[in-house]
Amino acid sequence: MKKLIIGLALAVCASGTAMAQERTVRIGTEGAYPPYNFINDNGQVDGFERELGDRLCEMTGFNCTWVTNDWDTIIPNLVAGNYDAIMAGMSITDARKEMISFTQRYKPGDPSSFLALEGADESVMTGVVAAQSNTIQSSYLADTPATLVEFPTPEDMVAAVRNGEVDAALANSAYLSDVINESGGRLVFVGEPLDIADGVGMGLRQSDNELREAFDAAIKELEDNGELQVMLDKWFN
Amino acid sequence: MCYLTTVKHSMFYWSFGIVLALLALTAPAALLLGFLGAMAKRSQVAVVRWIGSIYTSMVRGIPDIIFFMFVPIALGQGIEYVRHKIKCPDVTEPIRQGNDFVVCAAAKFPLGSADQWVHQTYGFALATVAFAFVFGAFVANTIDGAMRAVPANQLETGHAYGMTRRQVFWRILVPQMWSYALPGLSNLWQILIKATPLLFLLGVQDVVYWARELGGSKTSRYEYPHGDWRLWYFMVLLVFYLLMTWGSEKVFRRLSTRFARGQATQAGQQHLEAKA
Amino acid sequence: MSCLQTLSEYGLRSLGHGPRLLPRGDITLCDQIVLIGSGMIWNIYFAVLALTLGFFLATALALAKNSKNRLLRAPATGFIFVFRGSPLFIQFFLAYEAFVLLPRAGIEIDLLFVQITAETRWLTRAAAGALIVLFLNTSAYSAEIFYGALRSVPRGDLEAADAYGMSGFSRFRKIVWPTMMRLAWPSYTNEAIFLFHATTLVFFSGFPAWQQKGDALYYARYFADQTFNPFIPYPIAGAYFILFTLILIMIFGKINNHLNRHLAREQRIKMKLSTRFYRRNAVPSLR
Repeated sequence: MKKLIIGLALAVCASGTAMAQERTVRIGTEGAYPPYNFINDNGQVDGFERELGDRLCEMTGFNCTWVTNDWDTIIPNLVAGNYDAIMAGMSITDARKEMISFTQRYKPGDPSSFLALEGADESVMTGVVAAQSNTIQSSYLADTPATLVEFPTPEDMVAAVRNGEVDAALANSAYLSDVINESGGRLVFVGEPLDIADGVGMGLRQSDNELREAFDAAIKELEDNGELQVMLDKWFN
Repeated sequence: MCYLTTVKHSMFYWSFGIVLALLALTAPAALLLGFLGAMAKRSQVAVVRWIGSIYTSMVRGIPDIIFFMFVPIALGQGIEYVRHKIKCPDVTEPIRQGNDFVVCAAAKFPLGSADQWVHQTYGFALATVAFAFVFGAFVANTIDGAMRAVPANQLETGHAYGMTRRQVFWRILVPQMWSYALPGLSNLWQILIKATPLLFLLGVQDVVYWARELGGSKTSRYEYPHGDWRLWYFMVLLVFYLLMTWGSEKVFRRLSTRFARGQATQAGQQHLEAKA
Repeated sequence: MSCLQTLSEYGLRSLGHGPRLLPRGDITLCDQIVLIGSGMIWNIYFAVLALTLGFFLATALALAKNSKNRLLRAPATGFIFVFRGSPLFIQFFLAYEAFVLLPRAGIEIDLLFVQITAETRWLTRAAAGALIVLFLNTSAYSAEIFYGALRSVPRGDLEAADAYGMSGFSRFRKIVWPTMMRLAWPSYTNEAIFLFHATTLVFFSGFPAWQQKGDALYYARYFADQTFNPFIPYPIAGAYFILFTLILIMIFGKINNHLNRHLAREQRIKMKLSTRFYRRNAVPSLR
């Protein structure tokens, strides 16, 4: 029995170190959710998660590549093995934990806010409200009296508010504040921010313990040495 | 002017090359598949004939878009399934676990460790196969019709001269058939051009992908912030496609006059008279 | 959950009746058949309305293109060129982006027009906006077919009409139009089939599916994405389309017989996939 345990431990160590040096990790992201992730003018994935992800890969020794994928199918494609990790501003929720596993959070829960055209009052919060499909915001709205309209991308959602197709949109405050700052006063926050998120983490296949352990340790280290906070301050003011 | 020369824009310009590459690869592949399909429909073996008929009539009843979505996934999973059986014969767990399609890491294709461009090329290749499959069926219909349009007495003459079935097919039917097939084929070419933006649905980073990406409103996180410009980018695509279809129509018009030469058709007759 | 229960819950899901959440997790075969079938309602809605409305515009466009008056001919020719020369997919995207911009322009014009701007909202919905695109698109394709047929109306028919002293509208309605229809019908049948198939593009081209109310392919893709098994939802959608395509061919065949009823049996234009039919019209006018 003892032998077996030692043997197993050795095997794990051996595979762990050997693979940690060579393993290519494909990180899936949406590329449409600044400041978390977006495609910059050089056609590269950019944003908070790119910077953090690259740092994590550097620490763990994985060889990382970034791929973009529609938000709607980002979880099924992870499960199918088309990439190995998700870093896409994804909140850690119980529903998602049934399909995938998460590392510890690398960003504390971001409040969600309602976005509306200037001059709107709080009644829009129970009117026709847009959200990106398969998000915590869309499942939150489904339980409120508001009429939910789902859009596949954040961009489409904001466009719907702009042209009056919907009364308001509910999304991550960090994403919306960029939009509002640039709108020249046409768009505003309405109501109080909601605390419906538990924090953002990296999504992984449930079977992939190797990645989870490695990334968990690395995130913890960045958190302890203050590097993570510097990045958060940089991207989220 | 710098705005139009960003790396992202050059990717947009390159993506027009992807459209042209798709056309260049699909057209001959579809022509070949179509020819085989038409031959199958004329086969003396009943089973082959049925396969030919099912293949050609399927695309008439089912929207092409369903094929475009189905074929790449099905093919991709098929390839991984076979690789899984070969490379990981020891894995006993089923490949379909509930809603997941799980093959061993070595069976992934392309391998998880492959470069991003390999993945993209593979995606493009699957899309090409889907296009060739659908358009092959259309071509088969056209060629089949053209073969039927060749006057029967021409073939009978061949037989009367003691030619074999095969000789009649290759020496009389096929050369004659092209001029009848040309109008249909030119139409299919136009349709193929107009089907290329569907690449976007297959996850290929084509012109539509970049038009949406570049046109979407940009905050000052980006170098060149702007509002929603997608309308203008799509205008560019519209002009591109109008030029493509307009240009190829001209080319085909020329081709058809050339093909009409020496044919026992009205157009061929006119050709002779014009010369005389 | 029994299949009948699924049918009663999700049967009209595409119209917004039934549970808000689509089936997740354990997706049964029945779920897929019911929901994809429910989505077919939209495909039929788009096809029927676009074809019906398009028929009239197409006739008008064909006449305009055949007109001696440049002011009529040029716009008709241009319209047909643009809609036939560009992909429907791009047309959808463009139309959606354009419709999205509409209200802004409306507000700027005058506050008195608030009533109108409120109504432009509907254009960004697939039910209205995509229908308009499909309508214009099929009008262009059909107009080209009708125009071709118009040019082939036998001269003798027209001369006979003249001899009877017919002119203007009555000549058109009694002589030209019936012949034009008879000649165009096989091609027009093809156009109808391909328009029907093109309705599957609607929800993939900019128009959002409100509350996940989508067409057959929208749901088929949803299931394929959720289950990672394309071998069930897509064939189901395919089967539905084959079924309705056959029905469509049957209806158009009936009309064809009606159009040809005065002719001797041999003279009739067969709806069968005859050589002639193929040569001219194999032209799947799929966009």
